[in-house]
Order: sequence, then structure tokens, then C-alpha cells
Amino acid sequence: MTGIGGTPIPHAPGFVANDTPRIVTARFDYEDSYTLERYEATGGYQGLRKALQQTPEEVHSEVRDATLLGRGGAGFPAGVKWGFCPPGVWPRYLVVNGDESEPGTYKDRLLMELDPHQLIEGCLIACYAVGLSQCFLYVRGEMAVAQERVAKALNDAYSAGYIGKNILDTEFSVDIILHWGAGAYVVGEETALIESLEGNRGMPRLKPPYFPAAVGLYGQPTIVNNVETLSNLPWILEHGAEAFTAIGTESSPGTRMVAVSGHVQRPGVYEIVNGTTTFRDLLYSEEMCGGIRNENQLKAFVPGGGSAPWFTPAQLDLPFEGSQIGPEGSMLGSGAIIVMDETTDIPAAALTLTKFYAHESCGKCVPCREGGPWLEQILRRIVDGLGTPRDLDLLFEVGETICPGDFPHAAVPSRGIEAVPFPYRMTTICFVGPSAFAPIHSALTLFREEFEEKVAGNKNRTMIEVAVDV
Amino acid sequence: MNFFSEENLEHAKVIIRRYPKPRSAMIPLLHLAQEQSGWISNDAMVEIAELVGTSSAEVLGTCSFYEMFKRRPVGKYVVNICTTMSCALLGAGELMEHAERRLGVKSGGTTADGMFTIEGAECQAACTEAPCLQVNYRHRYRVTPDQFDSIVDELSSTDHDVPDHGVLSQVRQHIPEDRFVGTAPPEDVTSAPVWMHEQGSDQ
Repeated sequence: MTGIGGTPIPHAPGFVANDTPRIVTARFDYEDSYTLERYEATGGYQGLRKALQQTPEEVHSEVRDATLLGRGGAGFPAGVKWGFCPPGVWPRYLVVNGDESEPGTYKDRLLMELDPHQLIEGCLIACYAVGLSQCFLYVRGEMAVAQERVAKALNDAYSAGYIGKNILDTEFSVDIILHWGAGAYVVGEETALIESLEGNRGMPRLKPPYFPAAVGLYGQPTIVNNVETLSNLPWILEHGAEAFTAIGTESSPGTRMVAVSGHVQRPGVYEIVNGTTTFRDLLYSEEMCGGIRNENQLKAFVPGGGSAPWFTPAQLDLPFEGSQIGPEGSMLGSGAIIVMDETTDIPAAALTLTKFYAHESCGKCVPCREGGPWLEQILRRIVDGLGTPRDLDLLFEVGETICPGDFPHAAVPSRGIEAVPFPYRMTTICFVGPSAFAPIHSALTLFREEFEEKVAGNKNRTMIEVAVDV
Repeated sequence: MNFFSEENLEHAKVIIRRYPKPRSAMIPLLHLAQEQSGWISNDAMVEIAELVGTSSAEVLGTCSFYEMFKRRPVGKYVVNICTTMSCALLGAGELMEHAERRLGVKSGGTTADGMFTIEGAECQAACTEAPCLQVNYRHRYRVTPDQFDSIVDELSSTDHDVPDHGVLSQVRQHIPEDRFVGTAPPEDVTSAPVWMHEQGSDQ
């Protein structure tokens, strides 16, 4: 059972190189990118060495100066988050969020499979800077190969003296413990992640406190950081915050990994310049996605993971800059773009997402536990041709119980509809409930006629009459 | 009683020792139980409860929350076909229909010979390689119906390296004794770690 090298598999596919400066994907071209030998031969663990020559406060300042925005979804600056640990309260922990499962998102798994040492080095730098005495690396359960690569990397790094007692012969000592999930999307929410790590059902905790940095694992200060966020740290320490902020824009510096899936010529994972790259650059440029498949027209796209309100061609020229995307009615989230061309059946596409969130409700909050499945069932009957015009209003009524008030959406210039800015209000503890409504709201707002077409035949008929007919 | 094999019991104790509180080892131990027998029996949960110092009801509570833990036997190969958006846009529905026809069971079912269980699964973080599926949580990318048939043929032969259901990482984390920092319950730790040099270290 304890094989040495793990499953012999080829490189996980998907990554496409382009002209962007490469920070986190720099080693992806090497066949043996995940080995300690390759990592050390390509500058690996130099960021840690530099960090250990400075005080923890200096390392923390460097990361704060870099304005490294969290890459997990919320986009909160990591250096600021670290500063929320209450002074004098010990021990503090690091929990690495490797539970990547937002629909459309594919980057953290690549980072864990192809460059696990980079992630480990990032963890060590964070622990040193903030005084975190133990690190738990939580890898999604359904990623057997990532678990193998990370386990092997941890074993090698322990033997080489990078992890454990007196790291690189300094007084810095920390363990990194590999932990697995077991299949639950909601565990990607940081307080649910902590519950799961305590051996409980993975249900989000009531807020406030908003940040586990104040009250986290076992009630102690806990930093929860995403895999990609931590993977940036070795580069920042090695090259300095100034070099990092020289890339991208002032409020969104550096690069970020985005996965483009769906109806493009070249779906793939791209490292792009933060803040300046636009959706049009990404989807249409030759060195990236190369346009829509079969020279079809773009109909709509999900800009930031399944939870994000949709965009249409009218938003193509927006850049990857959170401060510009929010007012336009959506979010950048986890860097997942799902593209729909003109052939897409919009209500059916929305159903694939609503079904996901309805299924993944943990059951703690009633509006999500009940509302999600209701939304799914109503939408399913519309898609199946069993819906009535009344169902379209009913979807909004159910949505209103989860997210009262105006729900964010993009502008529809052709119909004079203006954007409603992100975020939304919600009656649930976490975003899973609203996420079940988001695709429906977007689809109905942007493409109402497609829904009307599906229910037109059942005008003036009750649900029961329609059902009996079938 | 005595669900775990001697070797796995030793490994379970090593895992527990890595956490500040034993209960945190619950999910890793449930995975270990599933690795040993392919699914999780009541006996396994009773023994895990003893090992981490809680009740078997608590273990059932955690176990039943997570989709990967199977509380009844499943096929030797669990085939998870992604049905979420990116895969659905590129043929996941057709792939699922084909799989159901080829194996003669509906999604959620297990073939009579106990070889295959098919499940409709949620996003597997391989969205650019749609439609995708996993066999015992190992990815297969851009799977056409024809390729699905070859995967079934491959798994039915002995010429493949997919371990039986329950086995996740085939590499176990090993922490050398002389490098292990160790841990303590949080209430027993009151001071800053030594490298923080207490004064001025609190941001």
C-alpha cells in the first residue's frame, strides 16, 4: 500500500504558457517539476532562506507591501489578514485551503501536483512571519494524485531539513501535517474547513467573528490561506515586494492563474497579469484561448467561478481588477471562466450550476437547505418543458428568501438595463445558498426570452394539467 | 472489535499523535478504514471512536456528512462522471448515458460482479479537460464514449495501476522522529514560539 513514487501518471494537462511573467507556474515546463531536485536546481527554498535572515515582522511587512490578494475567492490581502491575529494569544495555526471545488476552478490542483515544494515553502514563510506553530495542509479528498505528490514532497523536505525541528539550523521549527478532505464543497469556506479539521461535519460557523485569525482552529488564532496565495510567497521573498508590485496594477499586483473552460478554441489554465489583462485578451488572443470554438459567437460567460453572476460580450473589455468587476455586477472569485457560445441552452446551463449548489448545501441554514432544492426542481421542470409562466416569478420569489433585495447582475445595454453592483445581501451564513440562485438570476435577467420560450406552450395551464398531460 | 489490522492500527496512532486534539484525526482515520476494506463498516466507526476518544454516534455524524465515505460496499472501481457546468457544456450528459448503457446500471448503481459503481459527480477541478471522470479519484481527461469503453476494458484487465476503491494517496506522510516538532493541546501552550522573541513580536 505504501508505494514509493505514487501513481505513475503523466503531467496533469491544461496549463498553456504565454508571454506573461511566470511567478507560480515557472517550473511547469519541466517533466520533473514536482521533485525536490528540480525545485532546488531552480532557485527553490531561496525565499525561505532570505526570510530566515530577517525578523518575522520584516517578512510580514514585505508580504503586506506586496498587496498579495487572496486567490481563493474573496480576494482579501494576505498580509492584512495575517495582521488580524490578536496579540499575545498563542498558539496560532496555519490551515492551507487546498479544497479547490468551485465549479470551473482548476489551478490549486495543478500547483499541488506540479510544484508542491513551492507551496510548502510558502507555508513555511507564512508560519515564520506570523508565528504559526503548526501547519495543516488540507487537500481535497478527490485528488489522489495531488495527495501523493504533496506527501512525497513533504517527506523529502523533512529529510532535507526544510520542515520540522530547527529548520535550516535556525530556531524556527514547524511541522506541516498533510490532511485530507472527503468530499464536501462547502468545506472550502474557511470556517467549515476548520470544523472539518476538528473532525466535525463541515458546516460553516456563525459570524462574527468574521476571520478565523481571531477565533479559528480549537478557538485559537488561525490563518486560512489558499494554495495559490501561499505559492506566491517564495517569489515575493526572493525578488521583493517591489518586483511583485511592478507587475499588474497597484490594487491588483502580480499575476493570477485562471482556468478557461467551455466553448473556446483552446480551453486551458493561464497565468495572466493581474489588473490589466481583459476578458477579451484572455478569450480572443491567439496566444491564449484563440476565440470561441467553430468561430461561433460568444453568448455569455461566468467570470469568477460558478457562484459569480454572468457576463455577456458587453463586459469583455473589463480587466481582471476586482474594483472594476464589482460595480459591474460580478466578482473575480477563484479565477474560473466558463464560456458559453451561441448554441448554449441557457436554462439548461444554469441548471447544471444550481443543481451543484443545491446538492452541496450543508443543511445548516434553512433558506439554503430548502431553497436550493426548490430552485433546482422548478428550473428542472422548466428545462423539461413542464414549466408554466408563473414559474419564472416563482424562481425570483424563492431567490428572494435567500438573497433579499436587488441581486447583482451585469448591464444589458441593448435593453437599457443597468448593472447592479456586487455583493448581495443574504439570509444564510455562507455563500452556498446565494450561489444556487446566482446562475438562475443571471440567466433570467440576461436571457429571459429563452425561459419564456420554454414555458410558452403551457400558458394558462396549471402545473397539474401539464403534469397529467405528460 | 479490532477492525484495524495491526499495521493500520500502528499507523492510526501515528496519525493521531500529529494533531493537537485526537478528534482532528477522525477524517484521516475514516480514510484509513476505507483503504483497508473499501467501505466503512459500523465496526470501523466504533474502533475509530475509541481511538479518538469520542462516541461512535459522533463518528457516524462526521462520516455521513462526506460523500466519499461509503457506508455500504461499492464497486472495486468507483467511476465518478463529472456533471457540472464545464463538463455538461461539452458532453457529460451523453457520456453518462453511454456509461449507464455500457455497464448496465444507473448512476449510483454497482454492477452485479461488484467491479464498477457509477456516480454522477460534481466539479473535479479539471474543467479545461472536459468532459472528465475519475476512477477511484484518479482523473481521466476529455473522455469520449469510445474512450470510456477502453477505460472499462483496461480496468477489467489486470494491466493497469489504479488501486482498489478506498486507496487514495499511495504515498504516506512519514515524519522522521528526530525532525518531528510534535504538538500539544492548545490549552497547554501559552507562549509565543521561540523564533518570535515575544517582545515586539505581536503585530
